Amino acid sequence: MNFQAVKAIYLFEMARTWRTIWQSIVSPVVSTSLYFVVFGSAIGSRIETVEGVSYGAFIVPGLIMLTLLTQSISNASFGIYFPKFTGTIFEILSAPVSFFEVVIGYVGAAATKALMIGLIILLTATLFVDIRIAHPLWMVGFLVLTAISFSLLGFIIGIWADSFEKLQLVPLLVVTPLVFLGGAFYSISMLPEAWQSVALANPVVYLISGFRWSFFEVSDVPVGISLAMVGLFLALCLGVIWWIFKTGYQLKK
Amino acid sequence: MDPIVSIKALSKRYANGFEALKSVTLDIEKGEILALLGPNGAGKTTLISTICGIVTPSEGSVTVAGHDIVTDYRKTRAMIGLVPQELTTDAFESVFDTVSFTRGLFGKKRDDAVVERVLKSLSLWDKKDNKIMMLSGGMKRRVLIAKALAHEPEILFLDEPTAGVDMELRKDMWEVVRDLRRTGVTIILTTHYIEEAEEIADRIGVINNGELLLVEEKQALMQKMGQKQLTLDLQAPLDALPDSLMDYALELGDGGTSLTYTYDTQAKRTGITALLGDLSAAGISFRDLRTSQSSLEEIFVSLVKDSA
Repeated sequence: MNFQAVKAIYLFEMARTWRTIWQSIVSPVVSTSLYFVVFGSAIGSRIETVEGVSYGAFIVPGLIMLTLLTQSISNASFGIYFPKFTGTIFEILSAPVSFFEVVIGYVGAAATKALMIGLIILLTATLFVDIRIAHPLWMVGFLVLTAISFSLLGFIIGIWADSFEKLQLVPLLVVTPLVFLGGAFYSISMLPEAWQSVALANPVVYLISGFRWSFFEVSDVPVGISLAMVGLFLALCLGVIWWIFKTGYQLKK
Repeated sequence: MDPIVSIKALSKRYANGFEALKSVTLDIEKGEILALLGPNGAGKTTLISTICGIVTPSEGSVTVAGHDIVTDYRKTRAMIGLVPQELTTDAFESVFDTVSFTRGLFGKKRDDAVVERVLKSLSLWDKKDNKIMMLSGGMKRRVLIAKALAHEPEILFLDEPTAGVDMELRKDMWEVVRDLRRTGVTIILTTHYIEEAEEIADRIGVINNGELLLVEEKQALMQKMGQKQLTLDLQAPLDALPDSLMDYALELGDGGTSLTYTYDTQAKRTGITALLGDLSAAGISFRDLRTSQSSLEEIFVSLVKDSA
């Protein structure tokens, strides 16, 4: 195991975070605060409670998930796409590192950054609403697993993309709609019955439901199923990455 | 001594069927400077990219210090530094950080003293805190060399180190290469400038259309280059050479109106005086004479033409 290489890639990626601190950390905090103002205060004041939880607090887990997913994907996809774009990827390919080590470096850094932002949003939220976390360990567990899974997905997208447009395609056209339709701002049970079954096909429903359960002990689906779905998604991403590295897809000629 | 890099029947076919390398076999000795000379698209970059692990070989094998580049890639790649042809650098990182990063990537512990030494040897020390994007093209090239040397490799590949570089910088670069050799690093460089190969290489390999046409000591090539031809235009055509001139290996051409004598400029005696004396003794008079020399360039062009 080339620990030095993992460390070098990880620190290189984290240095990018610090260098672009405004874009990396501050802008998600600002946009989340705006969600709170609009959904939490303006609209939320018309909605009393959802499943016994005040609406302002109810949307916090969904908001954190929304940012966690988009940040994990964009950090990891950009991290591996940019060296491909500039050509510096040659260095990674000619270094004595296994693909596994490369993934740990890039995905680890992307997940770390996404987690930092998730926690900052949680802290920001406490300024607006009263939050109590029923199962802190579960909460952290869901956060970490989700950050890693979606950073892996981001890594896959970064390898697949051969233009900046493609890099944006999946996050904008797939992930954001799934999160909005996945119950970030409402409970699935508020939907008409037919749509409830459709919603269950959305993987993000399980993430948000499980994560929300760790806060308020209310969920759309049993927490065990949520955890299983995250695990399944993680395994799926690992499988795709294993295949990419075995075949050298988009990396090696 | 065993070669430090041993390439055996290496072939590369791309997915579109293009054969970039055709069964290349080559041994590279420890401590030498080998220049791979060839026109654009000859397969030079594919060859070194394969050794470095960027391109997967289709057939054949490569060992570095006895280790296979596929099964033992950690060992072989740790010994190799690669300076690519394109100026592919990070943009926003500082010179020091980017060099230090490469050292880590190649499995070496962070060591600021080594990075400092490498930067100083390439006259980059006063630029260590500059962002790479602020540097000139020549300086970026140096940064790429510094990165390739950051993990103290034993073998350095330089892909077209002086392409598009002005004469002064090119001479600088040659000096850098010679300095590196003095430290015991084996250097393989690709170039399409003949004078570059002539200037710094110990051996020269000529490559075209994916085939290695020849690998020779530079001195041996220089000797070929040292051959000169003396051509004499005769007053009257000859049917055959007189016996007294048989020792000179003369060629009778142009319907017997010209004689060509090939001699070695580096030899102690060229034999020209004796030839002219014997010609006049044989009663052969001439109206003009000229000499010509085959340059490395001509050797190269004829090799490349023959292989096309």
